[in-house]
Amino acid sequence: MNGFGHPVQAQNGAPDENRRVKKHFLQNLSLKPLKTMTTLDPVILFFLLGLFAGLLRSELRLPPAIYEFLSVILLISIGLKGGVELSKQSFGSLVGQMGLVLALGFTLPLLLYPVLRLLGKLARADAASLAAHYGSVSVGTFAAASAWLTAHSVPFEEYMALFVVLLEVPAIVVGILLARGVSRETRWGKLAHEIFLGKGIVLLAGGLIVGWISGPQGVEPIGGLFFGIFKGVLALFLLEMGLIAAAQAGNLRKHGLFLALFGIITPLVCALIGGSLGAAMGLSIGGITLLATLAASASYIAVPAAMRLAVPEANPALSLTAALGVTFPFNVLVGIPLYHRMAVTLFGG
Amino acid sequence: MATSHLRKLLTVITESALEKDLCSDLESLGAHGYTVTDARGKGHRGVREAAWDPSGNIRVEVVCTKETACAIAEHLKAKYYSNYAMILYLSDVEVLRPEKF
Repeated sequence: MNGFGHPVQAQNGAPDENRRVKKHFLQNLSLKPLKTMTTLDPVILFFLLGLFAGLLRSELRLPPAIYEFLSVILLISIGLKGGVELSKQSFGSLVGQMGLVLALGFTLPLLLYPVLRLLGKLARADAASLAAHYGSVSVGTFAAASAWLTAHSVPFEEYMALFVVLLEVPAIVVGILLARGVSRETRWGKLAHEIFLGKGIVLLAGGLIVGWISGPQGVEPIGGLFFGIFKGVLALFLLEMGLIAAAQAGNLRKHGLFLALFGIITPLVCALIGGSLGAAMGLSIGGITLLATLAASASYIAVPAAMRLAVPEANPALSLTAALGVTFPFNVLVGIPLYHRMAVTLFGG
Repeated sequence: MATSHLRKLLTVITESALEKDLCSDLESLGAHGYTVTDARGKGHRGVREAAWDPSGNIRVEVVCTKETACAIAEHLKAKYYSNYAMILYLSDVEVLRPEKF
């Protein structure tokens, strides 16, 4: 004790004083730095690390197989968690919510398309493709949002992973119809195969079903891999996403201001729509935040793949630059806390 | 050395999104087999660094007769050149078992 400059008598005879001094000491040493750090979650810091490393052209990159593995773990853990929660719900009570979420998935691209055509002056195929990207969802953003809510002890409806699956597909269909009209050239059978059996949907829906069948006790033995290291996996995943987002910077310079503005304003407007729907559905504040985040997010895996095949004349660089270079970083860094505040302010009463 | 026979090696480098379509095209146009490898690089459609799924390239190689190679090349040119990042080239190769190709 002497070494820290505290009076000796605090040690003998005055246990209360001793405790007080100790508490004070601990506060000084460990709690203070902790307090200042809580504003930025380490997973977000890893995203920033990737972003800066990429912008500074560091050699850093994860091997593609590792990135693939990380996304497999993320998709399965989100699915499993959702499935376990689903097993506690009566399916009937969810049918109404599922219908509304599907309707949201069809509506968002229809709202965005005219904006892109008229304000952005984009060609029909490009506008349709961008609308599809923004109508659909990003699982990475969902993972970051649920991690944020957990870190801030905001409870949410864990079964919402189901909504991720529901929101992935409708926008793709709308996007193709907007670009093509009802055309005989579109091979819907082949496309349906591509969309529904893509990696994302199979793993997410598969995880949901496995979690639903197994229930809470059933998934416990595999929880170490899928829940225990979730945050570590998310940190590595976001590191790579930072690198990928930084790689879009060159394209962004080329495609200019409209894309940057679209990539920031669209998530804000969509979050308001998604959040309002969440409130109307009676979700908790955490649930409203998550549905707002889902509406605000833009797909960068399922939709690009489907659009590349179904609407090949759409320039993929446009949508990927906006979705990955602008909207993903915006949502992860600014959007998620903002949508939570929006949910508290507008629907918190 | 055993007698060798002349064949064409057709190499296609394109977006990995096309893999399924491309391979079924190759088979229907008479290729007896093909080899696909992951690739990355840079062309006039920008850097393809294969960092995540949609940004990857593939390199598809087919050894076949000159007629088949020309038919495939014409078909790919007509179907994919305008909208996809794709290059293809032909070279002469010698094979030992002509019936395989």
